[in-house]
Amino acid sequence: MTSSQSRIGTVLAAVLALFTVASCGYNTIPTLEEQAKARWADVQNNYQRRADLIPNLVATVQGYAKQEKDVLTAVVEARAKATQVKVDASQLTDPEKMKQFQDAQNQLTGALGRLLVVSENYPDLKSNQNFLALQSQLEGTENRIAVARRDYIEAVRAYNTELKTFPGMLWAAIFFRSAKPMAEFTAGDEAQKPPQVKF
Amino acid sequence: MSAGRAVSCPAGRAGSTPAVMASLVVLLCLAMAALAANFPPLTGRVVDQAGIIPPQTRRALDAKLADLETKSGIQLVVATVKSLDGLEIEPYANDLFRTWKLGEKAKNNGVLLLVAPNERRVRIEVGYGLEGTLTDALSKVIITNAIAPRFKAGDFGDGIVRGVDDIITVLTTDASEWQKRPSLRLDRQDEPGPLSWIVVAGLIGLVVLLVVSPGFRFFFFNVLLSSMISSGRSSGRGGTFSTGGGFSGGGFSGGGFSGGGGSSGGGGASGSW
Repeated sequence: MTSSQSRIGTVLAAVLALFTVASCGYNTIPTLEEQAKARWADVQNNYQRRADLIPNLVATVQGYAKQEKDVLTAVVEARAKATQVKVDASQLTDPEKMKQFQDAQNQLTGALGRLLVVSENYPDLKSNQNFLALQSQLEGTENRIAVARRDYIEAVRAYNTELKTFPGMLWAAIFFRSAKPMAEFTAGDEAQKPPQVKF
Repeated sequence: MSAGRAVSCPAGRAGSTPAVMASLVVLLCLAMAALAANFPPLTGRVVDQAGIIPPQTRRALDAKLADLETKSGIQLVVATVKSLDGLEIEPYANDLFRTWKLGEKAKNNGVLLLVAPNERRVRIEVGYGLEGTLTDALSKVIITNAIAPRFKAGDFGDGIVRGVDDIITVLTTDASEWQKRPSLRLDRQDEPGPLSWIVVAGLIGLVVLLVVSPGFRFFFFNVLLSSMISSGRSSGRGGTFSTGGGFSGGGFSGGGFSGGGGSSGGGGASGSW
């Protein structure tokens, strides 16, 4: 009787301790980390969406502007390179990898921008319904990328701040020694905009 | 630059320069904060800050939009603003959408038609949940065909009405809106964390304790609960998402109108005239 009572007491004490731990912010670091990873998944999804639009776009432009071979090839090559560089959730703390990802995507942004500028010279292409639809989808995707990037940057900021401030600092030192600050997106939004090419 | 040098040159004034600079910085920060928060309040389904919609058109629109929400739950809001505060219309519309939280929280089925007559820009911003129905391409078509030509002719009221009609047609004639779509965003499904079984066990233990021990009841309600509330606040989602809107569904409370907690990831299209 007494031994079972004391066992119940121990279990209850353990439960109580767990609750205290949870209520003091033990969960904050993992929660913020997962959120940042989810935001990163959004970023990658949107870049992927852009990559998926490109073959169609290239095919449509090719129908009207075969002679723009250089520009078209540049887009295809940049797309191939950009789809190769993937950053999975465990590599978010690696600034080198993030830079690679960004560089590849920026290169594709630049190539796409040139393609769209060149397209301006072909009135038939510009009035092609398929091209117009693709163009608006591409615009929409670029905008989604901008929003997803902003959300990711904000999530990383929250996570990194939690690791460096009290009480997250303590939790990180005791339980989450492996939790490292995530690499920030270094390039500003400017780098995401298609470059203004003037002829 | 030259003004700064002029102030710091006289010896007597040199000490006041940092103070001047500091107060300038503070003023600048205040100004920027004021600018960032310069959204019109969500006073109804038609927020006509720029004053370009005739009264009877406005009433008709209001009825139409209310009808749409009763039938489908979709919150479509029309807004006109005097100024975009120097921003592009895309980030402005996205911020405004998230500030107003249009659409139901679980479905994100809101749409914002934003008109900035002074910048000559218009945008249809689509919530996450409707991206598959009101696509970027369709939004662009609506802007180019229904809205922009009438805006060009100076008839804002008609342009907005035609735009809203087309948006409603797209939203209500496509049956896919009522079909279940696979969730693309990772955060939609709440993944059980590694600690979830402990939490379940803890909850059971808690209930037992609450029933058995009066002393623990006191401790729980006075000490634990209050600290849990405060830590819950700090672990909320960062940034624009941090407060989930209190209203789900209809969004009506006490005669007023408010967003249902929805969010948007930048879907839709923009145009100019």
